[in-house]
Amino acid sequence: MGVDNPLGENIITTSLDKLVNWSRKSSIWPMTFGLACCAIEMMATGASHNDLDRFGIIFRASPRQSDCIIIAGTVTKKMLPVIKTVYEQMPEPKWVVAMGACACSGGIFDTYSVVQGIDEALPVDVYIPGCPPRPEALLFGLLKLQDKIWNDKNSFGSAIGLGTRIDGATA
Amino acid sequence: MKEKFAASIIDVVEFRGEVTVTVKKDSIIDVLMFLKQSLQYNLLTDLTAVDYLGKKEDRFMMVYQLYSIPNKDCVRIKTPVSEADCRIPTATQVWRTANWLERETYDLFGITFDQHPDLRRILMTEDWVGHPLRKDYPLQGPDREPYKGRLS
Repeated sequence: MGVDNPLGENIITTSLDKLVNWSRKSSIWPMTFGLACCAIEMMATGASHNDLDRFGIIFRASPRQSDCIIIAGTVTKKMLPVIKTVYEQMPEPKWVVAMGACACSGGIFDTYSVVQGIDEALPVDVYIPGCPPRPEALLFGLLKLQDKIWNDKNSFGSAIGLGTRIDGATA
Repeated sequence: MKEKFAASIIDVVEFRGEVTVTVKKDSIIDVLMFLKQSLQYNLLTDLTAVDYLGKKEDRFMMVYQLYSIPNKDCVRIKTPVSEADCRIPTATQVWRTANWLERETYDLFGITFDQHPDLRRILMTEDWVGHPLRKDYPLQGPDREPYKGRLS
């Protein structure tokens, strides 16, 4: 009767890095963290019409379960220590999305009390312009983040303690 | 009120139905207490200050916005505070609402409220240096080069 073929035609071959990258980019879990009006657009993006869930992007209410933080709004100097704490509580690997003009550069708030761009404190992966960006813009930014994660090198090796992960943008 | 505090009233202005009474700093608590107890101004709507740097002899002007719920009537009480003696008795003994409002005024203008129960900064961080709503505070913060216009 020939050789048993229990899996049928359902075998694909890939590299371990691509497998890890695929699983990471297909389940970006952002921290539920809103600061200003951008957060309203972020909520709209997560709601049924734009539906972030279809990309596997599910908001988590705890930094310990998140691997992405969307800085959605104006970062004041008083809020910055809180954001730093939340970021430090997130497990590696983690990504930062600066959503909107305020998070990118301080925006219209060129004043004493506002941080002039979150990149002064956190390593930003994707900048999304707009005031606030529409849900489409946020979706596009998150898809860019997926592209970036997809191009990561040595993601499997770094996960088992061999070397460091090489960022998708520089690889 | 005019009769009772004739010696302390500096100025009374009525403009479009709004009454503003400017009184001397020494008698501010007596005036506020009288307004609350005898004239039923039982709600302190707002308490803040104005910085008249270089425009008036006394740099700051305290502003008390009062409302009488039974009489449905507003009045505004002002009192000048000089920069050299930048302190004023607290109004928390009259309205407890004044607690946070005075903390805000202390935080942003640096006016000290004597006998305030809990005079700490309320909006800025506790280690903040300076009082941001003062006219001589740089808009973009003391550690930055001020913006001089797009074309400069």
